[in-house]
Amino acid sequence: MTTVLGLRCRECSRLFPDEALHVCDFCFGPLEVNYDYDAIAALTTRASIAQGPRSIWRYANLLPVADENPVSLGAGFTPLVRAERLGAELGLKDLWIKDDTANPTGSFKDRVVSVALTKARQLGFKVAACASTGNLANSVAAHAARAGMSSMVLIPSNLEQAKILMTTVYGGEVIAVDGTYDDVNRLCAELTSERPSWAFVNVNVRSYYAEGSKTLAFEIAEQLGWQAPDHVVVPIASGSQLTKIAKGFKELSLVGLLDGEPSVRISGAQAKGCSPVATAFEKNIDAIAPVKPDTIAKSLAIGNPADGYYALDAIRTSGGSCGSVSDDEIIEGIKLLARTEGIFAETAGGVTIATLASLAQRGIIKPDERTVAIVSGHGLKTVEALAGHTAPTHIIAPTLDAFDKAVGFSDPNFQ
Amino acid sequence: MSVIIRVPTQLRQLTAGTGEITVEASTVGEALHALEASYPGFGERIFDEAGALRRFVNVFLADEDVRFLEGLATPVADGVTISIVPAVAGG
Repeated sequence: MTTVLGLRCRECSRLFPDEALHVCDFCFGPLEVNYDYDAIAALTTRASIAQGPRSIWRYANLLPVADENPVSLGAGFTPLVRAERLGAELGLKDLWIKDDTANPTGSFKDRVVSVALTKARQLGFKVAACASTGNLANSVAAHAARAGMSSMVLIPSNLEQAKILMTTVYGGEVIAVDGTYDDVNRLCAELTSERPSWAFVNVNVRSYYAEGSKTLAFEIAEQLGWQAPDHVVVPIASGSQLTKIAKGFKELSLVGLLDGEPSVRISGAQAKGCSPVATAFEKNIDAIAPVKPDTIAKSLAIGNPADGYYALDAIRTSGGSCGSVSDDEIIEGIKLLARTEGIFAETAGGVTIATLASLAQRGIIKPDERTVAIVSGHGLKTVEALAGHTAPTHIIAPTLDAFDKAVGFSDPNFQ
Repeated sequence: MSVIIRVPTQLRQLTAGTGEITVEASTVGEALHALEASYPGFGERIFDEAGALRRFVNVFLADEDVRFLEGLATPVADGVTISIVPAVAGG
């Protein structure tokens, strides 16, 4: 059964029906799904969740669509791994990595797309569309193929090669736009008015789509034995993921799945070349000035973040922080995570790890805090970023003599 | 100057469904106020109490967000297109 009452404007609280609407027609504020939390609490226990599928759909009662057979490639229930070696390097004693590289198309976007297309199908849509920096493109193309829907994916033309191939291979329409992501997004916002029969996952069905990110909070709490962590570090592009993670922990408490009200500090991570939220945080102002992005972290290169205000609010009210890191630090972050934990992250993960390191060094994350860093996408998607930064340690002829000269036989690490 | 304003779905209830409106104006702000004069209801939707653009309303002059230009004071040339676009999209 559905637990959805309808939609409500986050700004002016006007109510709207449970349809493909994302913006209040009075004040342009975002519409949020309005749930019957009493009904969810009555339906949902830790045990009932444990009996569900090992995917985001185990939390279906807390998602905006009820469907016995959702559009799914198996998104979610990704590993939460204790990161002892990384923690030792950063001086953090209770560090965990939420490894969302393990999703079907290699990023957290599978969570939101599975929700969005299940809802879109229920609302009668036949076409799945999106504006994407790459990860969403991969996921929409794949899930649309799975669901037998047509896909119309719009991306900036300068994306990483893998992100383009991982979209086109599914056989849908892929429109490479000569412009930035913000240009593509604006085009899609206008196209939505002209093509109302298309489900733009992050435009007209965005209210539902965004809810999928709450499952990160749900899984983290469940995987920690139904306990919220003390601190979560989240990359910021539009700010939606961070906002919804904060909401997810609150909802778990609201429906009685956590003991007491959690107090989770939420910190944001941005690249210096695209840091509108971090800049507002550092200046201690509310206004978020849009920027023209210039960073290798293309999946976070949104200069005009739709949920920037709410992300900033979630950070401040939770007692978190927001940092930004350079492209060199991003590369070092990717290599540090790979070397210490065996997890290969895309550039956005490098942003998260480098920001985590910076916040730890500045004492903003305390050594004893139970801290979870969100690693949202796989490194195979952005291999160009590592060109010239990592290479074979030796290149030799296929002989013992050459091996001995290059490497020797006395390295204590290899005895 | 004669300028074209593109109206998003959410506001077309005010224009009887029309997506493009032509107005006379010399700045972006004048153009948006001219829209209010012809189609009452636009003003309270796109401007806040202080007369600034609401925070979830983006306005583009041709391809550029007016916040990268001179905001509502940005001059307009004859025949250009101004687009009103909801900010809540993407990501």
